[in-house]
Amino acid sequence: MLSRTASTLYWMSRNVERAENTARILDVAYRMSLLTNDPNLQDQEWFAPLNITGTLFPFSGRHSIVNAREVLHFMAFDPDNPSSIYSCAQAARENARAVRGTITSEMWEVINATWLEMQNMDEDRMYARGVSAFFEWVKERSHLFRGVTFGTIRRDDAFSFHRLGTYVERADNTARIVDAKYHVLLPSVADVGGAVDYYQWSAVLRSVSAFEAYRKVYRDSITPLRIAELLILRDDIPRSLHFCLRDVYNILCKVQNRNSGEATRQAGEIYASLQFGTMDNIFAIGLHEYLTAFLESTQRLAGEINQSFFAPSLPTA
Amino acid sequence: MGESALFNEMYAADGTVRPHYEIFANWLANTPPEKIAQNRHAADLLFHRVGITFAVYGEATGTERLIPFDIVPHIIPAVQWDRVSEGLTQRVRALNAFLHDVYHGRDILKAGKIPEQAILGNSQYRPEMVGIDVPGGIYAHIAGIDLVKDGTGEYFVLEDNLRTPSGVSYLLENRKMMMRLFPELFGMQRVRPVDHYPDLLLETLRNVAPAGTDMPTIVLMTPGQFNSAYFEHAFLAQQMGIELVEGADLFVADDTVFMRTTQGPQRVDVIYRRIDDDFIDPEAFRGDSMLGVPGLMRAYRAGRVALANAVGTGVADDKSTYPYVPEMIRFYLGEEPILKNVHTWMLGNPADLEYVLAHMEELVIKEAQGSGGYGMLIGPASTKEERARYRQRVLDAPEKFIAQPTLALSACPTFTDRGMAPRHIDLRPYVLSGKEVKLVSGGLTRVALREGSLVVNSSQGGGVKDTWIID
Repeated sequence: MLSRTASTLYWMSRNVERAENTARILDVAYRMSLLTNDPNLQDQEWFAPLNITGTLFPFSGRHSIVNAREVLHFMAFDPDNPSSIYSCAQAARENARAVRGTITSEMWEVINATWLEMQNMDEDRMYARGVSAFFEWVKERSHLFRGVTFGTIRRDDAFSFHRLGTYVERADNTARIVDAKYHVLLPSVADVGGAVDYYQWSAVLRSVSAFEAYRKVYRDSITPLRIAELLILRDDIPRSLHFCLRDVYNILCKVQNRNSGEATRQAGEIYASLQFGTMDNIFAIGLHEYLTAFLESTQRLAGEINQSFFAPSLPTA
Repeated sequence: MGESALFNEMYAADGTVRPHYEIFANWLANTPPEKIAQNRHAADLLFHRVGITFAVYGEATGTERLIPFDIVPHIIPAVQWDRVSEGLTQRVRALNAFLHDVYHGRDILKAGKIPEQAILGNSQYRPEMVGIDVPGGIYAHIAGIDLVKDGTGEYFVLEDNLRTPSGVSYLLENRKMMMRLFPELFGMQRVRPVDHYPDLLLETLRNVAPAGTDMPTIVLMTPGQFNSAYFEHAFLAQQMGIELVEGADLFVADDTVFMRTTQGPQRVDVIYRRIDDDFIDPEAFRGDSMLGVPGLMRAYRAGRVALANAVGTGVADDKSTYPYVPEMIRFYLGEEPILKNVHTWMLGNPADLEYVLAHMEELVIKEAQGSGGYGMLIGPASTKEERARYRQRVLDAPEKFIAQPTLALSACPTFTDRGMAPRHIDLRPYVLSGKEVKLVSGGLTRVALREGSLVVNSSQGGGVKDTWIID
């Protein structure tokens, strides 16, 4: 497969995944803000999406206050924010257009129709339809794209690079979500208890569609330690770090070339640490420190993937 | 060509429906207008969703528009088409023989059939091609020949397109759309299929691979996604199952072309390039081209890669070469041309210039090297000021212009804002030349949607129709 095509497919799926994740994060912030009548506390909730996505800095460059309206605008519709849902939908569509001959017509139609609908969407319409309904729509489009992809594409390199992008993006996202809430997940604050914590914890689970899975796996009350275990070490939760890195590793083994040995090794190393890691160990290191190291190592891995597959190879003499 | 009588494709002069349109006319009369309106709307939505759009130069970057699709087909009886098809085959064979000749022995120039200066002094003549032997001696593998009808219903060739003719994706998509919207019409009569075009094209490209390559790697080279025909490039690559590459995806080493893949460099044998000669190799042609592949011409000259179409075909489809095509047919094939040319005045010729300047309001004057309907003067539709301005342009460099009679392009009933009305059409069949010459039945019918307009180009408000050859 052409390096440029592989790279474009990888970024197409990262953009789709990012749009979905942003919708999930915003939806949780929105629901949390509805739990209180105190406007100050409501506004507090809107720091979380900015922290998770690491966009507080660019946001504060153009906005003086953090509240629902400002954050929703910035993260959902702002064309100048490259991570906004709008920008991701646009970028994904541009990517899809560039590899139109490689993806199936069904995949193209979903991504093109999403972009056409997105252009007809604005904040007024979102508030009129209901904020959560908009996020549902974004998630549904992403689910539809995933379903259409699985149902139509040949299991070749195109599929592999598409999945690689999805899992690299998703691992990054899950780690950020858990990290942003690490203070409420620390065992030391477990004794604080209370309703707000319960909602915080369940919000984390819901933002990665793992609330129901938690109930099934543990059949018990929600505790921060188990949440962390579920989202980091479980191998059967599609958004856990373990699950994502196992797929990243397997895909890299499948598409390996002469230059990709280091990328495969790095992925294998992270995968092994998740496969054989324990929660005791993670908490001994410190959850925040552990996740910071994880994010750094996956970013290094993403750089290595770029080098070995996408960077134009030099003419061989 | 008659100017007064307008040929209507569907209705004879006495108002009766022509026999080959009878089934369609009956169907139209018996189909509720609501269903038609609904399906016309559905067609728009589908084209948008599928993303069959084209970019318009001169508008904001990324602007994409739909080509309006009209549901009334352009129907041609098979008997008439088969004769046209023979004429096209004959013409393209002669054009390929001519291209081989001008880059080798130049027999036709030596025989005095075409003035030497008209060819060797043409900016589209590529001295770089002299003496290069291309596989099979074929230069124009894909040719788009524009046809029009006069008042009597006879076909004339308006223009040959031998460089990178586009539009074939619309031919295929228009048929798909008609079959999706009105499947019943295809049960009522036998409409010749067109959807095997990508197979024929792939076979043609395989035929021209350099000798010694059993399983040639074929790629389609596009200038990129901001090119107006990008949709078509992606579409054809997908239909043929070949890679769609940009210049930056390719490189040349040891006079061999490679593409950069995730598994390392892979050799490329045939390039179906949809990018002009000027831009394909910055080492050989325009040095500022960011779209091309440095060294491509070296590999081409070494016979290590085939290009379709070949470099230098522009010298044969130039409007100043066009008047000599009938002579080429006689010279190379020893046959009389089946399809006629439109009478053409060459303004570099003083007698022609004098006549044309005296009859500007009756004629169409074009730049010999213009395309896309830009920069032409349509005499009858022009104002006195426009004619005066154009006259000056012509006088500055008369050899750069040609003139033709204002054609009474045939008209086909077409849906407009105010119901069905006749609109002018032309027809572009696509002729493929590999081991043999092949074409699918029919071609792309373009329609001028503005009342009275003769400009069918999509960049200037033209639309498209499905074309049916019925037995």
